Amino acid sequence: MTRQRLVVIGNGMAGARAVEEVLARGGADMFDITMFGDEPYGNYNRIMLSNVLSGVQDASEIYINPLDWYADNAITLHTGSPVTEIDRAARVVMSEAGVKAHYDVLLIATGSRAFIPPVENIRNDKGELREGVFGFRSIDDCTGIMATAKRSKVAAVIGGGLLGLEAARGLLNHGCEVHVIHLSKHLMNAQLDTQGGAILRRQMEEMGVVIHLGKSTEAVLGDGRITGLRFKDGDTLACDMLVVSAGIRPNVEVAQRAGLTVERAIVVDNHMRCLDDRRIFVVGECAQHRGKVYGLVAPLWDQAKVFADHVTDRNLDAAYHGSKLATKLKVMGVELASMGITDPVDERDEVIQFSEPGRGTYKKLIVREGRLVGGILMGDISKAAYLMQAFDRDSKLPEERLGLLFDLGTPSQKITLDEMPADQQVCNCNGVTKEAIGACVKSGRKTTKAVMDATRAGMGCGSCKSLVGEVVAWFAGGAVEEDPSIHYYVPCIPMTKPELVAAVRDQELRSVSSVFRALSGGIEDAASKPALASLLITIWAGEYEDERDARFINDRVHANIQKDGTFSVVPEMAGGVTSPDDLIRIAEVAKKYNVPLVKLTGGQRIDLVGISKEDLPKVWADLGMPSGHAYGKSYRTCKSCIGTEFCRFGLGDSMGLATKIEKRFRGVDSPAKLKLATAGCPRNCSEAMVKDIGAVAIGNDKWEIYVGGAAGAHIRKGDVLCTVDGEDAVMQITARFMQYYRENAKWKERTYTFVERVGIERLRAVVVDDSDGIVEALDAAMQRSVDAAYDPWQEAVHPRTANQFSDLLVADGAG
Amino acid sequence: MAGAIRIAHLSDIPEGEGRLVEAAGMHLAVFRTRAGVFATQPECPHRQGPLADGLTGTHTIMCPLHDRTYDLRTGAGVNTECSITTYPLTVGEDGAIMLAAAAG
Ligand code: SRM
Ligand SMILES: Cc1cc2nc3c(=O)[nH]c(=O)nc-3n(C[C@H](O)[C@H](O)[C@H](O)COP(=O)(O)OP(=O)(O)OC[C@H]3O[C@@H](n4cnc5c(N)ncnc54)[C@H](O)[C@@H]3O)c2cc1C
Ligand code: SF4
Ligand code: FES
Repeated sequence: MTRQRLVVIGNGMAGARAVEEVLARGGADMFDITMFGDEPYGNYNRIMLSNVLSGVQDASEIYINPLDWYADNAITLHTGSPVTEIDRAARVVMSEAGVKAHYDVLLIATGSRAFIPPVENIRNDKGELREGVFGFRSIDDCTGIMATAKRSKVAAVIGGGLLGLEAARGLLNHGCEVHVIHLSKHLMNAQLDTQGGAILRRQMEEMGVVIHLGKSTEAVLGDGRITGLRFKDGDTLACDMLVVSAGIRPNVEVAQRAGLTVERAIVVDNHMRCLDDRRIFVVGECAQHRGKVYGLVAPLWDQAKVFADHVTDRNLDAAYHGSKLATKLKVMGVELASMGITDPVDERDEVIQFSEPGRGTYKKLIVREGRLVGGILMGDISKAAYLMQAFDRDSKLPEERLGLLFDLGTPSQKITLDEMPADQQVCNCNGVTKEAIGACVKSGRKTTKAVMDATRAGMGCGSCKSLVGEVVAWFAGGAVEEDPSIHYYVPCIPMTKPELVAAVRDQELRSVSSVFRALSGGIEDAASKPALASLLITIWAGEYEDERDARFINDRVHANIQKDGTFSVVPEMAGGVTSPDDLIRIAEVAKKYNVPLVKLTGGQRIDLVGISKEDLPKVWADLGMPSGHAYGKSYRTCKSCIGTEFCRFGLGDSMGLATKIEKRFRGVDSPAKLKLATAGCPRNCSEAMVKDIGAVAIGNDKWEIYVGGAAGAHIRKGDVLCTVDGEDAVMQITARFMQYYRENAKWKERTYTFVERVGIERLRAVVVDDSDGIVEALDAAMQRSVDAAYDPWQEAVHPRTANQFSDLLVADGAG
Repeated sequence: MAGAIRIAHLSDIPEGEGRLVEAAGMHLAVFRTRAGVFATQPECPHRQGPLADGLTGTHTIMCPLHDRTYDLRTGAGVNTECSITTYPLTVGEDGAIMLAAAAG
């Protein structure tokens, strides 16, 4: 087969994706590929610009196809090189800079640009946007907005749609006063009804954004740089900068000049071919299919596939049938998902609605003949992934309607995942299908995080994260025939954690050996022992029958084993606070026992390293301090910063709170280490935002509680579980989260995995809003564990087993 | 039992655990699982982990340093190419743990 030349105009999300799809179909052997991009970069994830503007991500983090990717795939890329001419007769495109490229197949993927309404004085004499006026479409726009915001006091945003609000939220983070001017009577009028719009307005206002509704901008004020806006009603608003987010206009000029049929955008057939030239295809926002022009990414993934199927001759029946639109607002602190119509339009339309405006919760579904045709979810979007999927597939909804709005503890998800077609998209932002996730799991990536990293699923707006997790789990479960044990809590007992918990409770199995006897035919598996011990102690607390052989050596001698068989001793030092007397005692012990290494740990305490087993009890006795539990799968530490006690920025007593936390939870077992921290203000000196649980004071006795943070082998910023009033509330929520984690996490599953697996929304519902009605039980269970906890270093005085601390037994040798 | 050496008593070693024992001029790791008593070389061939501090299974010992696991009856590695030396033990009626003399 002779090689053909594929030329792509537009190096954005659709163009690059289409090329990826071509390559995935063996296109590298069929085509010499040349791409032209107006922007001077490789392809990046445009939807993440909202995160870049708000500072959550850096521009360098959003590239999907960095420049290396083009080189690696032998693609000739002309960046910063807009195409100005298509000569269809000669089959040549030409760029502004004069670069020519011949094509056998041409793909137009020029996307759109920000629509700038014809407001007086918005452009300068040259027709460019005035200084201080921006669209919000590209990395360069974003960079310009951020640089200007730094110097500005007041920023205005024209347009209260999805993008306008994301821009407004981002601007807040740059310290400006932010105003949103919206033409319609309610915000996001394309995706919300009046009631939803009103709730959203209040939430945006609470964040500090000033909202002006029903206002039409007539003119931009100021001569050089802008100084304000004037509205049709005669009002004015002083501002130093303006972001225009009033819609988009497809980039169709090149196509138009080449004589292709252009209406609102370039008209294509079901094969994504333009009507006038069989060699020319169009995908993305510059394409008009069956009268529709899309402004979201989900449609373009499908379009790219259809295009690739045709040009590679893979599947000449492939056809694009249009897309249904669902969106999520990417504004920190607002949970909002919307799909389809916003109000009933047909007699048959049935509305299911729940509203609790005070808490910002609003849910509305529009059902037509048992199928979802529209939906708005605000406040709690835990059902969004499921509903978006039902909406997209037009699948029949279950009769039980309440379960559509709330998690009632009986998820029918399992069945829906079985039914989900392989090519169904799980992540719409990045176009990742169920099949692709399956392939990734089969290739050995068994955690949601690993699958997300590899496929980018869940890395867009984030609304599908929990669904991605479920699909990963489902595929991992698909391996049941080959390796059933992956679902088991421990490999030697064929039960999941809930099944095992039930069996343990029913049969009243209080010791690890009794579990083996009852459930694994008496065969003891060494590696399973600590996992079972952890489970039993969580279930039985004080009634647990402790068998020392079920413990890892660290937990038998309450110290951490070193590579040479010696141990380390880390006494408790709550919140990293110590005293001269304690320091002197530690120093004296270190001298007396010739401790080879005295080290400050990363956990804000002192480690005495290299102590023989035999010396452990003596060292503890001489120290006279409680164990710091630096060795177990248990509560470890609570780091702190100095907080209100001494720090000039302190907003809360972080040291005091850390001490309270340490005194309450020390010695409590858990599936994996639990490391906590408190910070006196958001400067976060104690790194509370990257701990398993972190409490950050934000003033007025309020604390933000972060969970699932990590800064070890994995780095992850914790998710805000909630903001609470007062230290008691911190203690209470901490206990509830910890207990829920203790009961539901897998063995050795740190919170950074657990929180992602379960989903922060679900955790918030259970732990904060008591959706399952279990918080009292959690409180009681934690109290039992706290009551049962003890200082193991007391075993220095009362050893628990024969020769517990002996290094060597010397036989008398008698025969 | 003629020719056998008493190296410890059952009461010296808690059920399911191991202890390092010096007997007949050498060091042994002695284990008492719920299936019987066993003796092995004291150090893990991987990086000299103290086997007596490991976790036992019915017939296995898992090194505390990097989880290499050996069969206590044969010394064969379960999840490793390495293997260890084992020593035959018997338990007297009085609970004395005896090492066969030949092994000594
Ligand atoms: C002593 C200390 C290093 C130091 O000198 O500062 C330390 C030492 C060890 N860490 Fe750590 N970690 C120490 C603070 C940390 C921290 C920082 C912190 O606690 O704020 C982290 C990051 C936070 C975290 O836990 O994720 C940390 C993340 C790890 C990890 C990675 C866990 C993860 O899932 O990401 C491991 C490996 C593991 O747990 O499987 C680990 C494992 C270990 C072990 C226990 C390895 C082992 O199993 O033997 C090390 C014991 C060495 C020894 O021979 O005693 N250590 N380790 C620190 C004791 C803190 C304390 O006072 O309790
Ligand atoms: C801030 C922001 C947030 C968004 N959030 C979401 C969201 O949450 N969910 C969602 O689904 N969608 C979102 N979108 C929309 C989404 O980004 C677009 O739907 C998507 O990028 C469209 O892809 P495209 O390839 O058609 O256009 P683009 O990604 O714009 O790519 C077109 C490329 O072609 C280049 N180009 C144009 N003309 C020429 C020419 N003549 N020669 C060479 N190159 C040319 C352009 O410079 C551009 O790089 C968001 C958009 C923005 C701006
Ligand atoms: S970072 Fe590695 S080497 Fe250092 S203490 Fe932690 S586990 Fe040991
Ligand atoms: S020393 Fe025993 S496994 Fe490494």
